[in-house]
Amino acid sequence: MPNTFGPISRRLLLKRAGALGLLTAMQHLLLACRINSLIPSALAGTQPAMLSGEVIDLDIGEYRFTVGDRSAPAMTINGTIPGPLIRLKEGQEATLRVTNRLAESTSIHWHGILLKPDMDGVPGVSFGGIAPGTTFIYRFPVQQSGTYWYHSHSGGQELQGMYAPMIVDPIEPDPFQYDREYVVMLSDWTVESPETVLSNLKKLPGYYNFQRRTLGQFFEDASRMGWWPALQDYLMWDQMRMDPTDFADVTGYTFTYLLNGVSPAANWTGLFRPGEKVRLRFINAAAMTFFDVHIPDLKMTVVQADGQNVQPVIVDEFRMGVAETFDVIVELPEDRAYTIFAETMDRSGYARGTLAPRAGITAAVPPRRPRPVRTMADMGMPMEHGGMGGMKDPHVSGMQMPGMEPSSDTPHGQEMPHMHGIQEMPGMKADDQRRSKIPGIEPVKHGPDDHGTGNQMIAEYSRNMMHEPGRGLEGSSRRVLLYTDLKSLTPYPDQREPEREIELHVTGNMDRYMWSFDGETYSESQDPIRFRYGERLRLTLVNDTMMEHPLHLHGMWMQLENGTGAYLPRKHTVIVKPAERVSVAITADAPGRWAFHCHLLLHMEAGMFRVVEVSDNTHGGHS
Amino acid sequence: MASAMACLVSTGTGAAFASAQTAGTMDTIALRTIAPGPNTARSILATSEPERTVPTVSLQQDWPSPVNDQEHRLFTLVDVLEYRPSTAKRESTSDYRWDIEGWYGGDYNRLWFKSEGQRDTAFKADYDVDFQLLYGRFIRKYYDIQVGGRVETQSFRGANVTRGQTVIGIEGLVPYNYDVEAALFIDLDGKVSGRLSLTKDFLLTQRLILQGRFETSAAVQRVERFTTGSGLNYLEFGMRLRYEIRREFAPYIGFSLDRSFGETATLVRQEGGDPSQIRLVTGLRAWF
Repeated sequence: MPNTFGPISRRLLLKRAGALGLLTAMQHLLLACRINSLIPSALAGTQPAMLSGEVIDLDIGEYRFTVGDRSAPAMTINGTIPGPLIRLKEGQEATLRVTNRLAESTSIHWHGILLKPDMDGVPGVSFGGIAPGTTFIYRFPVQQSGTYWYHSHSGGQELQGMYAPMIVDPIEPDPFQYDREYVVMLSDWTVESPETVLSNLKKLPGYYNFQRRTLGQFFEDASRMGWWPALQDYLMWDQMRMDPTDFADVTGYTFTYLLNGVSPAANWTGLFRPGEKVRLRFINAAAMTFFDVHIPDLKMTVVQADGQNVQPVIVDEFRMGVAETFDVIVELPEDRAYTIFAETMDRSGYARGTLAPRAGITAAVPPRRPRPVRTMADMGMPMEHGGMGGMKDPHVSGMQMPGMEPSSDTPHGQEMPHMHGIQEMPGMKADDQRRSKIPGIEPVKHGPDDHGTGNQMIAEYSRNMMHEPGRGLEGSSRRVLLYTDLKSLTPYPDQREPEREIELHVTGNMDRYMWSFDGETYSESQDPIRFRYGERLRLTLVNDTMMEHPLHLHGMWMQLENGTGAYLPRKHTVIVKPAERVSVAITADAPGRWAFHCHLLLHMEAGMFRVVEVSDNTHGGHS
Repeated sequence: MASAMACLVSTGTGAAFASAQTAGTMDTIALRTIAPGPNTARSILATSEPERTVPTVSLQQDWPSPVNDQEHRLFTLVDVLEYRPSTAKRESTSDYRWDIEGWYGGDYNRLWFKSEGQRDTAFKADYDVDFQLLYGRFIRKYYDIQVGGRVETQSFRGANVTRGQTVIGIEGLVPYNYDVEAALFIDLDGKVSGRLSLTKDFLLTQRLILQGRFETSAAVQRVERFTTGSGLNYLEFGMRLRYEIRREFAPYIGFSLDRSFGETATLVRQEGGDPSQIRLVTGLRAWF
């Protein structure tokens, strides 16, 4: 690694600044973006676009988008899906003029970008939205660098195609080398309208799940684990009125998963010359889909998470919550094609693209894995030390690798042995100054409040699981990125210990497709969560539901309290697993009203949304 | 640092500038919450007030909600809509039966409507139809408490009879995933009866689903006019195998075991009916 990530050479900088490699690459990307995309009329007069400069114009319009042989109305930015790549320079002043040519109100939110609240683009929180026929001018200084994206924050428009990548080039070059780069934007697309999808879920929460447990599967399980344990397990889930196969509300039944706007069949292809290092900027722009990303036969070196440089970690696979971004570098020594395979967490489908030395050649598409099953651990049942009754089958019980020895973390996480599910942190070495305690690593019993009828169940015990890869990836022979692998490249300035803690429970009632925080939807609890301006606080998120939620805070970074001491990584979106307790440290340095919500679009729309207000008017400010 | 300025340009007529929210650098912000007062977006648009140090901390009144979490929806479930062919051994004709329910509303408060009906020449009245309109409140994570009215009409002994009732009911999902519906019906003259039904789905495959159905009713007082004795009136047990062509649309076949008890059975016999019968059924389950 050190040779790979040495200081950047002048020559390379010039080469990049000269944009030869980059622009060529971007053109490949953008050309490929529209292979299957819009009807010709929508394309008329548009060119493959990468937008940069002081002033950028964006047009929001309605077009039809075609995937395969089905087309449906789409909301687009400058007529394409994804919209144009916006490429800014750290330190510049950005002016983005967004014109709404829809019949309805719209908005653009710059996901992960720090700016003033009135530029953040959340209707009802930071501004009133962009009315039809009007232009809203966003203007903000660009104070950061990395891979980001932008999208509509109005209704279901994001699901209808309003998302696009945004790259901010750093003033000081990134401390890693590559010859070429591609944006890999993953998303989900359906011909059903967002309203229809949400309505279907409200009426029948399992509407899109065609991987439920059946009689046939019961026989399979019974033959594997025995009749009585299988029956017990099935009855247990029935008794609890929960579905252990619920990994995605909306599935491949209706979704086609896109990579840079291209379906798996159309196969987006990025070209490289053998011997090159390629930077892939992965962005999960899906509305409702988690992806597990890997490239068979290639190691990926993760160098950025959510636009922030991290100490390089070599992995085979990583899970992307909705709205997360990961930048990885791959070395491509051979003259052959590689498949970028982004399988959905529920295994109902995948997005796929190809890295190839020449257009038209492909590599094998890996077989899909069986869909996982929820376990007692997802329910927050006390199961730490074998209190599981008859559940001994790892496929069903999810007991985590009891035989694995506690292992210490290797510096930089490289060549780390496969170590899912072990208690990595508690026995930390005192001599390693990078380590810090992970809040919630010991199970915490849930309080007496069951969050009312808006919440179906509680995690009786919640605990931190950042050292686990997540359901469906446990037990994999691949090295999967863990949240505990993420260490900031350099320590961030605010190293204060959080002064206080706010605990927020992630809640829902699957029986009615209700989603909320602390059992209340946004409409039921419009009082903001108050941060004191200047304070350093700990936000602890406890997931009482049986689904993973990607939680996104606007306006400020969340620093994962993942045990990395002074190197807590910054995230704009954090996955909280079922029954998990995740703490993030926040420096409340951005006064104003900000959105905090689940980035699963329909969860947000159903009410899993809060306003965070940073001000010093309450209880006496502190700095 | 340049001021952060929001411009709202109306493309039709001239340009109107939104307030210039001037911000200093992060370090120099002196934070103050704006006392909203009558300070709507419009007034901000119109005036150039002194510079604010904190941008738009107050919520603007004419802004939309950031999320649409109070949407009302209309749901109708035709759980049973079936044809019951005549059985060979007796003179009964072919019959039909339906069980429809639905709601309009949000997550917690709903207006429910329900209708059950059947023509059952061999069993009871010529036809028996009811309609309910209820207010429902979602409680205890799984249940709707329902209160409202019911109208029932029967054709019996060649005459149509109708009665109105008050309904108090509960409906929801009980442990082991049984859908339960229980209701108490109180006649205007104080006669009390009740009905309980349970259904449960068994997935044979993802689309081939066996629905078990159990229904019973009982009455405190005898109401001969409605072929109802006191005590247990009847039990119905059915299995319906449906194929979900779409989630919303599933034809089915199955059978139903219907049996009357006690005074009710006697009344049915007096009318020339058969208090115990097995019927084959074929129909459609649909929702929208």
